[in-house]
Amino acid sequence: MSKNAASYKNARLRKKITNTFFIYLILILIAVFCAGPFLWMVSTSFKTGKNIYDLGFFNFQPTFDNYIGVMEFLSVPQYIANTLIITVSSIALDVIFSAMCAYPLACMDFKGKKIIMGALISSMIIPAAAGMIINYLIISKMHLLNHLAGVILPGSVKVFSIILLRQSYLGIPGELVEAARIDGAGEGKIWWKIMMPGILPSVSTVVIFDFISRWNEFLWPVIVLQDPEKYPLATALQYLNGSFNYKFGYIAAGTVISIIPIIIVFLLCQKNYIEAVSGAVKG
Amino acid sequence: MKIKTRQTIKAYLFMTPAIIMIVMFVFVPIIGSLPLMFFDYSVLGRTKFIGLGNFIRAFGDSRFRISIMNSVLFVAVVPVIQMLSIFLAILVNKKLPGISLFRTLFYIPVITSMVAVSIMWGFLFDPSGVINTVLMDAGLIKTPVGFLSDGKTAMLCIMFITIWQGLGYYMMLYLAGLQSVPKELEEAAIVDGANSWQALFKIKMPLLKPYIWFCSLNSVISAVGVFDVVYVLTKGGPDDATTVINYYSYVKAFSDFEFGYSAAIGAVQAAVTSLLSIVVFVYGRKGGGMTYSE
Repeated sequence: MSKNAASYKNARLRKKITNTFFIYLILILIAVFCAGPFLWMVSTSFKTGKNIYDLGFFNFQPTFDNYIGVMEFLSVPQYIANTLIITVSSIALDVIFSAMCAYPLACMDFKGKKIIMGALISSMIIPAAAGMIINYLIISKMHLLNHLAGVILPGSVKVFSIILLRQSYLGIPGELVEAARIDGAGEGKIWWKIMMPGILPSVSTVVIFDFISRWNEFLWPVIVLQDPEKYPLATALQYLNGSFNYKFGYIAAGTVISIIPIIIVFLLCQKNYIEAVSGAVKG
Repeated sequence: MKIKTRQTIKAYLFMTPAIIMIVMFVFVPIIGSLPLMFFDYSVLGRTKFIGLGNFIRAFGDSRFRISIMNSVLFVAVVPVIQMLSIFLAILVNKKLPGISLFRTLFYIPVITSMVAVSIMWGFLFDPSGVINTVLMDAGLIKTPVGFLSDGKTAMLCIMFITIWQGLGYYMMLYLAGLQSVPKELEEAAIVDGANSWQALFKIKMPLLKPYIWFCSLNSVISAVGVFDVVYVLTKGGPDDATTVINYYSYVKAFSDFEFGYSAAIGAVQAAVTSLLSIVVFVYGRKGGGMTYSE
């Protein structure tokens, strides 16, 4: 009897181990499928000459030639600087203006509040691409074509950020604001000293979202900027890919350079970011 | 002054900068493109009102018809992407050591720029690239295939890349859905003698329904709007085999500078998108999904 029970337990354990083994096997296969192209790109960026298309990951002499080459050939530091200017200024605009705009929408009672909320939410349904032509005409009327400001301004302040930050303000206890008002604090002071510190986690979410979307953006800069020297990294990469097909090693190195910051930011802020992405369904 | 009036003034002071930006770069562009579609817009010459002229022209334009067909064909990625990402979500929902590492790995393609992704896959699909080398070594093909330069395979490659990049995103959404299923429900079913497959299909799937509808809706909208990968890899070619509606509308606006015509095409695209969204929405309602919007 006890022997039977033991062998039954053994069989179950064995079945569980095989199951787990198969799950890991599938997971690893999918991981190779998802990460493989990246690894291949990285390994290729360290290769030169004939074996550049080879599949081999390890059997080669790593060389930095492509990185040195692409730096000299393309003025990569210039592109990185352009990307940083675009990314940082749009994040600053978005965070400050959206946080200011969301504050009264969450914590103040005023005329026209419902209309403004309604207008904001309904504008989120329409895809941004629909307005691209008129945006181009506006930027051209403002004489901002071929200026980084023309890239930065449209799409910097996002309705999505306003809604997200408003939601976050609503989570701060109303008594806190009331108490500060009774103590005679001005709205500006309440906003900056009490509310802003309270919504910092959501501000960081806005920063990550903006960082990823701006760093990766390539089409709008092509439309606004005529001078390739002003391109951000992603746009320059697309330009390089189109014009110098034969320098594949350079393109690989450039691509790796462009991906690394995004992956670092993602790994650092993963938890926060994923929560915001999944929260979009529930909200 | 009344308190409420004072509050109103203060509130608008806070909102002014953001409102100026949003009116200028969101509302004006959207509303402005409505009249645009009824004009023959000219950058240098005179712009004239042509009524429905742009729409009449569109329906006689064979490239436009091809782009619509291609976009409709492209929507076939939606069911594939949804089924695969549900499968992935179920896998990464298991409590195993190191599972969060896999979640992160599966998500990396999502945050990578479409330019980088397209360049990577462009070289993998190249006639002298890895995929051809492997297929030749395995003896499956005799001569290299130009996957992206062949009209029969180019669209499939574009679809494949879109699926590859989108999987992680929907996986995360479904994972959130699976984790919102109360653990007790599943345990109770298993105690009652259900096996894990039954627990999956009878308990988890019905509860996942609102997520399935939400994800499908998003997936349809982005499938109709596919642009980046086409722009980087094929430019609509070969022979318009990958010219999708969003790409055609872009070409008309920013290579041919026919803003009026492009706006009309954009309007057709918006109509197709909302039509498909309504279909998904109505079916979702019938099936008892879409609870998130209530």
